[in-house]
Amino acid sequence: MTQNILDIAINHGNKNNASRILQLNIVIGQLSSFIDDSIQFYWDLISKDTIAEGAILSIKRIPAKFSCLDCNNKYNLSPDGFECPECGSSHVEILTGKEFYLNSIDIE
Amino acid sequence: MTKRVVPIVQKIMSANDQIAAEIHKQLNKYRVFSMNFMASPGAGKTSLIELTVKELTDNLKLSVIDGDIATSIDADRAAAAGAHAIQVNTGGECHLDAVMLRSALEQIDLGATDLLIVENVGNLICPASFQLGTHINVLISSTPEGDDKPYKYPQMYQNIDALVINKIDLLPHVDFDLDYFLKGVEILNPGLTNFQLSCRTKEGVESWIQWVIGSLTSFTGEI
Repeated sequence: MTQNILDIAINHGNKNNASRILQLNIVIGQLSSFIDDSIQFYWDLISKDTIAEGAILSIKRIPAKFSCLDCNNKYNLSPDGFECPECGSSHVEILTGKEFYLNSIDIE
Repeated sequence: MTKRVVPIVQKIMSANDQIAAEIHKQLNKYRVFSMNFMASPGAGKTSLIELTVKELTDNLKLSVIDGDIATSIDADRAAAAGAHAIQVNTGGECHLDAVMLRSALEQIDLGATDLLIVENVGNLICPASFQLGTHINVLISSTPEGDDKPYKYPQMYQNIDALVINKIDLLPHVDFDLDYFLKGVEILNPGLTNFQLSCRTKEGVESWIQWVIGSLTSFTGEI
């Protein structure tokens, strides 16, 4: 996973003549199963001796948002479960929370 | 030097997904119907593969690719049941990815295979993110694992095409609220096909077998 992030970043860094990648701006949804600390740990190991060495991993977490298809209520994921807190329906749609992409990199 | 921001907006799994798409094309080219079995360790992936192979081996040519960190225990079981089985030892990786599968497929005669079953490494997290290019992703849940799994591992439950709930013979002995479990599944994956069975007592297995046959028949009809 972390290797994939590094490869994409270096690819775009090279295409844009970067001498260094300063920061990676990653977007991860709440329903995506990734642990920020694990990515950081592996990142420090594998980015050594590349143009991405020392780059900051800036991870933006997108909350899981649902839309109730019965009462139209929009709500965030709660520890109580997925059902609509307004009417209790399970007939709901996931609006956000599945994201997992590299949005941009800051280079010099 | 001035700082510049380079927009990328690229999915992190895009490299793996691209190889998975190539695998998918290759399987279609050879008319091989394929399934990726995922589950926690011990849920019953291998047992279900054994049963499926035994039922179908008289009429179909089955290949099984088994992913594990160590041993060939599972591939040996699939071979004993009648499949051409090969083991992939993942070198410590906790999941199969498209690169590993592409390599493993070199050991399979796709021209002589009707159904390919890939048994993934026992894990509810990482396999959900690594598409393999198979036609169907199947999750095998089991009643002793507990009914909160959809809530704790949402990505897995979203990314599957069929769900098998195994060990229903143990329901009287474990705390498993089937309604609560299925409600979570329905929200994450509305209308998901599910099978409730026991590999041990064989209850419910026939429906699963019929579905596999039906899916394969539809596939060869469309391709």
